Amino acid sequence: MPFIPHTEAEVRAMLATIGVESIEDLFDEIPADLRSSGLKQVPDGLSEMDISRLMHTRADQDSRTLCFAGAGAYEHHIPAAVWEITTRGEFYSAYTPYQAEASQGTLQLLYEYQTMMTRLTGMDVSNASLYDGASALAEAVLMAVRANRKSRTKRILMPRTVHPAYRKVAHTIVHNQGIVLEELDYDPQGGHIDPASLPTDPGDATALVIPQPNFFGVLEDVHALTDWAHQHNMLVIAVVNPVSLAILTPPGEWGERGADIVCGDGQPLGVPLASGGPYFGFMCCRQDYVRQMPGRIIGRTTDLEGKSGFTLTLQAREQHIRRSKATSNICTNQGLLVTAATIHMALLGSRGLERVAAASHANTVALSDKLAALDGVHKVFARPGFHEAVFRFDLPIEDILRALSAQSIVGGVMLMDDYPELGNCLLVCATETKTVADLETYVSSLQRISERLQAKASPVQPKMM
Amino acid sequence: MSNIPQELRFTKSHEWIRREEDDTLTIGITDHAQALLGDLVFVDIPEVGEECAVGDDVAVVESVKAASDVYAPITGEIAAVNEKLADTPELLNQDPYGDGWIFKIKPADENDYDGLMDADAYQEIIAEDES
Repeated sequence: MPFIPHTEAEVRAMLATIGVESIEDLFDEIPADLRSSGLKQVPDGLSEMDISRLMHTRADQDSRTLCFAGAGAYEHHIPAAVWEITTRGEFYSAYTPYQAEASQGTLQLLYEYQTMMTRLTGMDVSNASLYDGASALAEAVLMAVRANRKSRTKRILMPRTVHPAYRKVAHTIVHNQGIVLEELDYDPQGGHIDPASLPTDPGDATALVIPQPNFFGVLEDVHALTDWAHQHNMLVIAVVNPVSLAILTPPGEWGERGADIVCGDGQPLGVPLASGGPYFGFMCCRQDYVRQMPGRIIGRTTDLEGKSGFTLTLQAREQHIRRSKATSNICTNQGLLVTAATIHMALLGSRGLERVAAASHANTVALSDKLAALDGVHKVFARPGFHEAVFRFDLPIEDILRALSAQSIVGGVMLMDDYPELGNCLLVCATETKTVADLETYVSSLQRISERLQAKASPVQPKMM
Repeated sequence: MSNIPQELRFTKSHEWIRREEDDTLTIGITDHAQALLGDLVFVDIPEVGEECAVGDDVAVVESVKAASDVYAPITGEIAAVNEKLADTPELLNQDPYGDGWIFKIKPADENDYDGLMDADAYQEIIAEDES
């Protein structure tokens, strides 16, 4: 049943008033060669019962797995209250807050979200969120090019230790504007960008991107990198994991001056993995650059009667006012997910978030120790990390992952495609959701699988006559 | 009826130009423009020393409801900028031809000034808007 409010009679009356025979006639100015011949790949509709069954079957494939994969999306415990409150009608169906008088609830929540993000990152201002971490990085690059008046080149130094998907998305979004993302290679021992390897005269570059932790889970030398960038008139764009900020030095305190722009993905804050999304991107910056920051910004003010209230502010940056010269074409934010994240952060508090971060890190360290003790498994990078680590395996990774998956274990994320030089390597993550027994299950399964694969690989011994 | 000082020159995009004794040109936006924009909240001024060609957008004036580009009426170099606008953008509304000046240009060719529209011509342009 189509959800269209007009009856047949109403449609006929409207067509008659316009003076055409059918709705199709209204499209007659579109040339035949530009017309779509219909959506051929979309199958016929299913009934609610059939669709429900199909979705349950699909969902079963995902459930009851033991997940040790991270790489930008992390399984954390979300207290039941978070989505219980988030899915309340007042939050769930609230509209875009353009009309402040009718949106104080939404606006207050977004303002509190912004406040929490500035506290977490150590920065002055936050926006009300972007689509995801990858596009947030692209926006940060565009913002740095606008904000850094001392630089003419639009060269952005992009470490290979930044999430590969983020780098690809940033490239897609910025390259047509003449912005060049220059790769910085990582130190093979440490798995980080070695400050000593940076040139003493890098020339005119607009910004340096610094991930923390980086894609390998390794901690970068953020103070040295930040100071080096600032010494050479570059802006610093920090790409960070929000949970890690509960125990790591926040970007606002990096080096002498702190980072200039901070971005990342907010999924770890109360957003379920949900097969890859939706998640939300966050962005914070220094007060000096607020007018160059994209996205919605909520401000606090007083009305004509002197009462405190919240409203969208600095809207002249946005495309509905500034049009082609706007800071971005984004005209939305991830309202529902930000609602969940704000409630999640409020419920956990700073100490709760600290405990999540510490427990995740402790579990990964424990798992790393167990893995490194196995034959044929080697920890690749020596430097300290946060809740993820890279391991090289003697046996083929694909076989191992397939076998683990048959035991309902997601063993980790393969790195070969994006980092061919690392070879047969796996990125492994253990969050606070894993118990000691879970770690044991992973390790013992791995052991059994290795023995089986090894036995297969060994040549058959002929009987000695 | 907005104020249009007779001794100034103008552009279609509502900039006014005054030639100083040292041949630099002081530029701002007209009374008509500031009235249309409303209360200014921010002025994004250029850097001294920046080169500009005629028609380049060199500054931005931002009010609560709109943001408008301010264009260079002449090719040259930015010789000075009105720093006061950073803290008190409302000067532009209060005194658009005096304390509300935005920047000064050292023209590449002094004769370019003669090609600029005079007060009467500007009057005709905005007569359409004000009617």
